[in-house]
Amino acid sequence: MARQVFEGIKVADFTWAAVGPQVGRELAEHGATVVRVESHRRLDPVRTFAPFRDGVPGVNRSAFGTEYNTNKYGISLDLNKPKAQEVARRLVTWADIVGDSMTPGTMARLGLDYGSCRRINPSVIYFSTTQQGQYGPHRDFQGVGHHVNAIAGFSECTGWPDSDPTMVFPAYSDFISPWYLLIAVMGALLRRRKTGEGMYIEQAQLEAGLTFLAPHVLDYMVNKRVVTRGGNRDRYMSPHGVYPCRGADRWVAIAVTNDKQWQRFCNMTGDPEWAGDPRFNSVIGRKENEDELDGLIGEWTKNYTPEQVMTILQDAGVPAGVVQTSEDLLNDPQLKHRQHFRVLDHPEIGPHSYHAPAYRLSQTPCDMKRPAPCLGQHNDYVYKEILGFSDDEIADMLVEGVITTDADAPTKM
Amino acid sequence: MVTEHDSLLGGYRVLDLTDEKGHLCGKVLGDFGADVIKVEKPGGDPSRNIGPFYKDIPHPEKSLFWFSTNTSKRGITLNIETLDGREILRRLVETADFVVESFQPGYMDDLGLGYSELKKAKPGIIVTSITPFGQTGPYARYQSTDLVGCAMGGLARLLGDLGRPPVRMSCDPQAYLHAGLQGALGSVVAHYHRELTGEGQHVDVSMQEAVTLALMHAVEIYEIMKVNVIGMGQFFVSVRPAPQPPLFTRLIMPCKDGYVFATFGGGGFGGQVQSSRALVEWANEQGMLMEFKDSDFTQWDASTLSQEESDRRWAVFGDFVNTKTRSELYEQAVKRGIMLAPCNTIEDITRNAQLEARGFWEKVEHRELGETITYPGAPLKIKETPWRIQRRAPLIGEHNDEVYGEELGFSREEMAVLKARGVV
Repeated sequence: MARQVFEGIKVADFTWAAVGPQVGRELAEHGATVVRVESHRRLDPVRTFAPFRDGVPGVNRSAFGTEYNTNKYGISLDLNKPKAQEVARRLVTWADIVGDSMTPGTMARLGLDYGSCRRINPSVIYFSTTQQGQYGPHRDFQGVGHHVNAIAGFSECTGWPDSDPTMVFPAYSDFISPWYLLIAVMGALLRRRKTGEGMYIEQAQLEAGLTFLAPHVLDYMVNKRVVTRGGNRDRYMSPHGVYPCRGADRWVAIAVTNDKQWQRFCNMTGDPEWAGDPRFNSVIGRKENEDELDGLIGEWTKNYTPEQVMTILQDAGVPAGVVQTSEDLLNDPQLKHRQHFRVLDHPEIGPHSYHAPAYRLSQTPCDMKRPAPCLGQHNDYVYKEILGFSDDEIADMLVEGVITTDADAPTKM
Repeated sequence: MVTEHDSLLGGYRVLDLTDEKGHLCGKVLGDFGADVIKVEKPGGDPSRNIGPFYKDIPHPEKSLFWFSTNTSKRGITLNIETLDGREILRRLVETADFVVESFQPGYMDDLGLGYSELKKAKPGIIVTSITPFGQTGPYARYQSTDLVGCAMGGLARLLGDLGRPPVRMSCDPQAYLHAGLQGALGSVVAHYHRELTGEGQHVDVSMQEAVTLALMHAVEIYEIMKVNVIGMGQFFVSVRPAPQPPLFTRLIMPCKDGYVFATFGGGGFGGQVQSSRALVEWANEQGMLMEFKDSDFTQWDASTLSQEESDRRWAVFGDFVNTKTRSELYEQAVKRGIMLAPCNTIEDITRNAQLEARGFWEKVEHRELGETITYPGAPLKIKETPWRIQRRAPLIGEHNDEVYGEELGFSREEMAVLKARGVV
């Protein structure tokens, strides 16, 4: 096995939900030792949501709960107990990186804020990430990524002009924020090698998410234009849209970006009569008659599966792609080639897929070898081997409820 | 002037040969301090023709898309399809730490500028290639756009209204930005490795995979439950174990002056329980939602609730929401810990008090336009080595003199020859 990039790097992961855990996951996938700290008494929300193996809820049965925690070690610890805070501090002393995604003030209350951690580990690299940041008039806003979708404007911009704002299924800024955090954390590690100093990194996920609206922010700032729902229209390209295909609820995306592609598109669709219509000869003409053109294209695509349309058009150099369902993604030959979904055998869920990163490193590929931990799965290993507690001390902590167990989990999930 | 002491990537140079699919990569590296040189073909990169435009003037020096995705970069022109151009690029690679490109797989190799060749020029070089599907594989040669990227990555299927075609987000592009950000991430992982070992490498980024990482647990839902998540408009669908049908709840609901996103309920999610209690407390103060006074929201069980009962409860809840404006609702949500947010427009977001208080917005000078434009700012905050926009996006060939003349030592006459020959 090639050398792992973050071999020897240690992470005390106090984060939950999606953003913070993805930071630890990426580090763990590239060799870091990441210890996730959880409690049976206050479950990470993603452990409580479907999909559950066989539809049976359980603390360790959700594939949402596992998604962001590949390769990590997991311990159970009730941080509300003073003794647990001592344990956590021992973990902080051990760590290079500490991850926090709790509501602002919580880590301070637990004696685990950056200042407290720095006192016991002067060169610690500490990140705090929340929806709206550690300070400011809205910092105590209670929400999840979907609220940020709404606040940032992604809901407003998704859907059709003649309909309302829509739910964006993914908590979108949750899948933008971690990547920036990782870059900063790696930069901090490198800086620490030179200076011996640690670093505090603070993030508002709303802000990270807004970086993906930059062109539209400028359009508003300069032109006072307010971007809104436009279906699948593009400013410039036509044809540009999603077209119905053969099969139940099957769609293909087609985007013709220049005249040459338009010619080939016409050829590949069998040079239908309408393709010769002078109104469609120019891009401006096509844009002016876009609804009609889309209807005509749909009459062609509906005779084919989306895979067929994609193949026909891509063979002619025209951008086209299946509007892939999750099922399609799991069967996608290109994603299989990239080994994007790697199957790991989880103790309660069984073998199931974990996402690989979006990049492949030629010399130091990632090594996804452990499924996400069950809650407290590595108590023995971490408390004994990493933190140096004796069997007696661990037994005491169990009795005192400092180390939580399945018996402490809520009855209703 | 950014240094290695006051930035994360100061002192490291990036040659950025990307088109619109990869611009964000160099921007992220540059905003974190790197010396990024945007390398465009003579006459400027075609992505400068992508709008929106400054005052709607379509002009390669007025593209707001270009401005927003190329901050912190200097700019040179270079035609790498000429022999001289390739030689110059090799000389520049000798001075560089990263090369980022988004050409069709094989293009750089065909020019003798692939990773193995560039490695000869600079042994520790990191080359990051951003493409729609990756360097190899059955779709490696496929053409893509933002829409096709969103479709093939699985995002479009998850978006849109029930009974209507899947959509991409109209605030485009998105797929390109995911690809660019993953490019920056992969580049820095490789950079970390290089700092420890001296070894560079090739970073192969797939836009498709970048999008697939943004689907939350849609794929997990299919794998375990054999249900494909599709766009459900204003509704959230709780996928429940058979034989229970899925539960629809309208989470985007009208309020007095627009729409909000709001959740209600509880069950095992402690935050939602507290939120529901807080909302009910507020409503009770005004004599509304009285049926929920003293409700034990921990017992709210979305997995067994009937559609009828769920609709009834949500209608009562919605009636209360409808009596309030977005800002009234948001103000109380912040104050009381209620999980509710306004569906903001871009205009709304530029007036957001939290962003204002945190100093999120960055003013960037555009001297040629005679004004300062406000940009989105930092994706995170660091005191010692702050993120910063070093400069506005470059003009075409803006730094040819600096780079070719001052640094590489080309004389004016030589530059004239190169210009005439279409090399720069």
